[in-house]
Amino acid sequence: MRSGTEGQAVSGSPTWTPDQPIVALHDIHKSFGAVEVLKGVSLDVAKGEVVCIIGPSGSGKSTLLRCVNALVPINRGSIKVEGQEVHDPALDKLALRRKVGMVFQQYNLFPHKTAIDNVMMAPLLVLKRPRAEVEAQARRLMSKVRLEGKEDAYPGELSGGQQQRVAIARSLAMNPDVMLFDEVTAALDPETVKEVLVTIRELAEEGMTCMIVTHEMGFAREIGDHIYFTDGGVIVEHGPPDAFFTQASDPRTRAFLSQIL
Amino acid sequence: MDALWDLLRHVHDAYGVNLVHFYDGFERGRLLRGIWTTVKLAAVCIAFSILIGIVGAWLQTSRQRILKAAVKVYIQFFRNTPPLVQMYFFYFALGPQMPRVVNDFGVPQPMFGSFEWAVLSLSFFAGAFNVEIFRSGVEAVQKATVEAADSLGLSRWQIYRYVVLPLAVRICLPALNNNLVNLAKTTTQAYAIAVPETLFVASQIWSDRINVLEMMVTLLTFYLLLVGVFVWAMTRLERRLRVPGFGQ
Amino acid sequence: MTTGSVPAPRLTPRWFATAALLCCAALAAGEAGAQLQAAGSRPGVLATLWKWTPLVLFGPPREFGGFALNIAVSFLAMAIGTLAGLVLGLGLVSTLAPVRRLSWLVTQFFRNSPWLVLLFFVMLLTPFQLRIAGVAIPLPGWLKATVGLSLPIMANVAEIVRGAVNSIPTGQWESAESLAFSRLQTLWRIILPQCVKRMIPPWMNWYAILTMATPLISIVGVNDAMTLTQDALAAEQRSELLIPMYTLLLFFFFVYCYPIARWTIQLERRYAVRN
Ligand SMILES: Nc1ncnc2c1ncn2[C@@H]1O[C@H](COP(=O)(O)OP(=O)(O)OP(=O)(O)O)[C@@H](O)[C@H]1O
Ligand SMILES: [Mg+2]
Repeated sequence: MRSGTEGQAVSGSPTWTPDQPIVALHDIHKSFGAVEVLKGVSLDVAKGEVVCIIGPSGSGKSTLLRCVNALVPINRGSIKVEGQEVHDPALDKLALRRKVGMVFQQYNLFPHKTAIDNVMMAPLLVLKRPRAEVEAQARRLMSKVRLEGKEDAYPGELSGGQQQRVAIARSLAMNPDVMLFDEVTAALDPETVKEVLVTIRELAEEGMTCMIVTHEMGFAREIGDHIYFTDGGVIVEHGPPDAFFTQASDPRTRAFLSQIL
Repeated sequence: MDALWDLLRHVHDAYGVNLVHFYDGFERGRLLRGIWTTVKLAAVCIAFSILIGIVGAWLQTSRQRILKAAVKVYIQFFRNTPPLVQMYFFYFALGPQMPRVVNDFGVPQPMFGSFEWAVLSLSFFAGAFNVEIFRSGVEAVQKATVEAADSLGLSRWQIYRYVVLPLAVRICLPALNNNLVNLAKTTTQAYAIAVPETLFVASQIWSDRINVLEMMVTLLTFYLLLVGVFVWAMTRLERRLRVPGFGQ
Repeated sequence: MTTGSVPAPRLTPRWFATAALLCCAALAAGEAGAQLQAAGSRPGVLATLWKWTPLVLFGPPREFGGFALNIAVSFLAMAIGTLAGLVLGLGLVSTLAPVRRLSWLVTQFFRNSPWLVLLFFVMLLTPFQLRIAGVAIPLPGWLKATVGLSLPIMANVAEIVRGAVNSIPTGQWESAESLAFSRLQTLWRIILPQCVKRMIPPWMNWYAILTMATPLISIVGVNDAMTLTQDALAAEQRSELLIPMYTLLLFFFFVYCYPIARWTIQLERRYAVRN
């Protein structure tokens, strides 16, 4: 860890204050081989804000989220999380990932661990917190995502919606400041989508900063403070939900919305 | 017990079936010591070869080209040369190069005896296969699961130790079983460097007592039992490690 | 059926690189040994290795032995083991329960016994000559050893046959039956030809394992490459030759077995894609 961040792993760069954007992307470029997937994306997320990102398949939404978490390196530009540069070889990735939680489309639970062990694993191994405390927190989180009684079930014994809620609890156990959701309902049955969305809404209402990639337009409109529409690796249009959904000006946005609504 | 030994003695006298290695206390002791040596040899080699497999598969996930290449050369070399020649190489060629140590009686002796060399050579032999087995298990673990662990902030080693390896082991247990059974059987070739294991003492007994057929039957029965017990134990392990909804 | 079109192994640059690397390692080890022993006026390590290579490869003059014998034994044992294994494998899939059970017992027995113990078994418990109709046929050691090595091959080939036959969908059996084929006809004409491709890679794998088991025959007194290497070392009585000589022997086996292993993997991939 660099000297500047000592003793304040959670609060990021010493010059960062909560009134500045908690996530600040500036002109990021990302290529896989010869294919440029992100072609200069800039966006800011304020603390407590819920940002929804929509766009056609392959437009780079997942890649964008994964960059924020340093799961993939970017080629150019700047990503600041709580003022700390992510695109920096000297970055303490573990410190970053403590601040940023991520939930995936395919849940990606650890299949050999029970639900509660999935939730407890990272706090025990990464934060090295005492077991009793971690377990108490894990039980609270399990009931928060409405899964009391499923603590000792293995992922293979849970429905998709239940697994996804365990995955959310697993991320929350690290007490992140920002949550990234990547199409978390895309793999679910229509009936179970709701239970997951309810959980996310509760989180948002508690003031959690969220970046949500989703195909659920109704949900985005209801929960989002700001909507971004991406296509071809750039942000085509953005705005607050009411304006965005009713007065989109770019023809690409309108075509996309008319297709999906 | 004595009644049984007397019965066997009688069988020998009356029918000529010479089971002297059971009823004679001295021969029985020899045989039991041989069996104990085989069990020890197999157990130590299994432990070491699994360790080699785990470490080797870990090194193959590293980004260091030279390390990866070194592991590859090791695997190909030990997989494609005869285990017996490997053992001779270790014992006869490397053995004399090792420094000598002074034992309790003040007499210099080789640092490793034949048992230790057998352990080394057999472990490296089976370890080469184990690396490949674990690697195939590691490759079969879903990348997305690893990414999830990564995003939770686990270190590279923690991901391997707590996520990848437990899943890989479950995937590759049948192949691992096969290889370890093979290793247990291959311990017989330690005979060639005079490790006093079961085959070695059996051959001593049949030369002393001229009961080749009876000894052979005993020997084969012992090895079938050994393999049987091992397979049974591994099946139980497999069942214990089974996770609902993972794998079949 | 195009089972004859088994592609030849591709000797990739990497293969040559590996072989060359091992060669260099052996030479370097030899040279290092020679430097240590620089005092004497004896021939260098390389010259000595070169001197013994013909013996280790082909045996003493006018006698068959050495590495060539290892290969000959591997061919013969594989042939015997494969033929016996095919029969045993058909027994494993027989509809007659007693035949099936007996075949199963035989298979398990020879699959799970250590090779060396089976080798001793055959060497010590078969006579040194056979008497058929008053004619004595001598059974030389190498022949008995070959039979000993073919026993585990037989059991494993039988398992390969069983696995392959069981992998053919039952619909094939039923359609053959409806055409009034007998069971044996169905096996030989319809089922087995389809299995051949599936059986080749594991069969080759067992050939490689068998080849690497052939030095075991040195333990029971056959003049194979292992025995002759030790003879050569005994004749020279030079400790700096130990590592180079054994490395050379390992190298012979590696050069023979590594391409087989690559080829097997290639075939496995190829057939896996087609299925
Ligand atoms: N690891 C990778 N290697 C190469 N190409 C990749 C990789 N990951 C993503 N891509 C490519 O980058 C582009 C954007 O992918 P991304 O997953 O970010 O799209 P997305 O907007 O999330 O799409 P979807 O809605 O289908 O999830 C795609 O064309 C994809 O093929
Ligand atoms: Mg995506």
